[in-house]
Amino acid sequence: MPELTLIEAVRQAMDEELARDKTVFITGEDVGPRGGVFRATVGLYDKYGPHRVIDSPLAELSIIAVGIGAALVGMRPICEIQFADYIFPAFNQIVNEAALVYYRTNGDWHVPLVIRAPYGGGIGGGLYHSQSVEAYFAHAPGLKVVIPSTPYDAKGLLKSAVRDPNPVLFFEPKKGYRLIRGEVPAEEYTVPIGPAQVTRQGRDVTVYAYGMMHYYAQQAAQTVAEQDGIEAEVVDLRTLVPLDKETVIASFKKTGKALVVYEDNKFLGYGAEIAAILSDEAFEYMDGPIRRLAGLDVPGVPFAHTMQDFFMPSPEKIAGAIRELAEY
Amino acid sequence: MPTKVIMPQMGESVVEGTVGQWLKREGDPVSEYEPIVEVETDKVTSEVTASTSGTLLKIYVGEGLTVPTGTVLALIGQPDEAVPDVVEAEAVVAFGHAAPEATTSPPEAPPAPEARPAARSHVTPVVARMAAQHAIDVSRIQGTGHGGRVTKRDLLAYLERSSAAEQPTPELPPWEQPGSGELFKIPTEAPAPTPPPDHAHKAPPAPGAPGDLIPHSPMRRRIAEHMVRSKLHTAPHVTTVFEADMGAVVAHRAAHKDDFARRGTNLTFTAYFVAATAQALRRHPAVNSEWREDGLLLKPEVNIGMAVALDEGLIVPVIRRADELSLAGIARQANDLAARARAGKLSPDDVQGGTFTLTNHGVSGSLFATPIINQPQTGILGVGAIKKRVVVLEDQGDALAVRPMVYLSFTFDHRTLDGAAADWFVAEIVRLLEGWSLE
Repeated sequence: MPELTLIEAVRQAMDEELARDKTVFITGEDVGPRGGVFRATVGLYDKYGPHRVIDSPLAELSIIAVGIGAALVGMRPICEIQFADYIFPAFNQIVNEAALVYYRTNGDWHVPLVIRAPYGGGIGGGLYHSQSVEAYFAHAPGLKVVIPSTPYDAKGLLKSAVRDPNPVLFFEPKKGYRLIRGEVPAEEYTVPIGPAQVTRQGRDVTVYAYGMMHYYAQQAAQTVAEQDGIEAEVVDLRTLVPLDKETVIASFKKTGKALVVYEDNKFLGYGAEIAAILSDEAFEYMDGPIRRLAGLDVPGVPFAHTMQDFFMPSPEKIAGAIRELAEY
Repeated sequence: MPTKVIMPQMGESVVEGTVGQWLKREGDPVSEYEPIVEVETDKVTSEVTASTSGTLLKIYVGEGLTVPTGTVLALIGQPDEAVPDVVEAEAVVAFGHAAPEATTSPPEAPPAPEARPAARSHVTPVVARMAAQHAIDVSRIQGTGHGGRVTKRDLLAYLERSSAAEQPTPELPPWEQPGSGELFKIPTEAPAPTPPPDHAHKAPPAPGAPGDLIPHSPMRRRIAEHMVRSKLHTAPHVTTVFEADMGAVVAHRAAHKDDFARRGTNLTFTAYFVAATAQALRRHPAVNSEWREDGLLLKPEVNIGMAVALDEGLIVPVIRRADELSLAGIARQANDLAARARAGKLSPDDVQGGTFTLTNHGVSGSLFATPIINQPQTGILGVGAIKKRVVVLEDQGDALAVRPMVYLSFTFDHRTLDGAAADWFVAEIVRLLEGWSLE
């Protein structure tokens, strides 16, 4: 089975969907001849032409608005926002238009739109190239929010997103684009939107994470297993909305202790909802405080590497939090 | 060197505790794990157990005093051991918040983990649930968590070791588990209205050897407290006794018992008494009431508590809106509640909200009794044993007949009811029972 990087898997998914379905097209800043600032669409312009891989103006509002309009008349657009940090000019289009159409028309109309955006810190990107924006969108009913952490899931989930009849936000951990590698089958497959995955079995503590933090959580779990004999279970949420509560709660019932890791600011971050659900629906299984390890509540991931490291959860910090919980 | 008994930390944020009752006196022998003093916080009342065997040499903190955690409450040692003198001991008592140095030495870590009540009060939900499920006293387990906290793993390991593991209870959803344990205990709304009757068919649990002091269970204490409060401090009790001819009921039951059984319901006499009482309460709302200083609260529902004897005491599950239920509905609920009460599977809701209580002391052969009112209710009806007796049928020319008779003892709160009103109520029950239609 060929081994791909995460970004190669993303590209392969788009390539295959463009080939499979003539209504699929890509639009975004520099996605055409340039192949995208992260090279996600490299080669696709040459292969599918300027009508299916379309450079957009430097205007996120219009990228999404064009996508919504095209989707309403039967196309399946993949809109790329160059950095998740830039998605806010289109916020109204996403939460007030794309998210509401299906509900507002009682199911008569739908918006099969995919919005791809690289998110997250750790690349020295500073305030405007490091943000995690998933919580804003996870809060708005009507949107699906997907964050893969492996090449296999990235490809399978992105293909599912393209085929989904309703809007899907697909956030890609940019630090992992070339760092995270994994086997991806050559043959056709999809990964369904919805189910989370227990990616490591354990009985002492459950670590909930997604995207880059899941990659780190795996490393941390390995470390505490080797150094401390702590068996941490790791759950990769993969789909933030709709959340796979069954898997989330089942793991907690097993371990009784939860560490929720996300790199977004801690206050009101996505992991707060996981913590709330566990205390609400699995109270009788609690064997320690439900902990969150997240980014600091400061406005932006700092540029300086030392400061960036201080801000971001890391495998070491996760391992430390697992140890604390295990000892509780 | 005497062993100190100290005020335990009852929870993470609890910094002081109040000494309740001393269960031992100075000079009393104590054995390890034996409760020696009650300690109260605003949340829980707990017992401090002896961390070693010996003699209770000296009590430093008297009942009702609040002292910081870590304060030495007493010393345990050998009878001839020297203890700090009275003056020093008084210092602790006098200041209330005096540091333990005043008596012996600086406060120490809590006593031996096996006997530490703190571990009991600081349990996580999963530990509380599992301990309740397996009827385990968490304070007996050596904890390995922070500050000696008993973790889920500790509990699982304990279960594996102990004989309790021989018959593990299957994991039940929380609402199907018996309400017991410190965190999930059944509220004390309805403790026993009468002394625990022995089952006629079942001997009471074996007491200890003569001379033993059997420590009170929490249920025993609650019953005792409630009895004293109800009878001595709250309601002037009066009991009136009627007799009822159960011929009509016996005939009805004989005619329908099998039919009920086919539908899975055991038709007991209790169901008839509950049904008749509920109807009578509806017609005499003053009996279905609660005395308050500013007036008499007439209860909007007729919820009849049914005293059920348990080995360790009594519990009073409640049949809600009994006046709206058919005989079958009452019988079904009575069966269910009694079965769950004996299995320890009542939920807190099952024992709350009673507006009147029925106690069937007749099951142990008693003819009539003077039950104690289950506060804050107004009355309690005691049902004696149904016995065949020779009676004179005055309306049939003084004929002699053998009839199944029962005595109904109604204890009422004389603040609320006068004798005549109480008698009308019981007479109504008698009328309903004697006139029970065969249909």
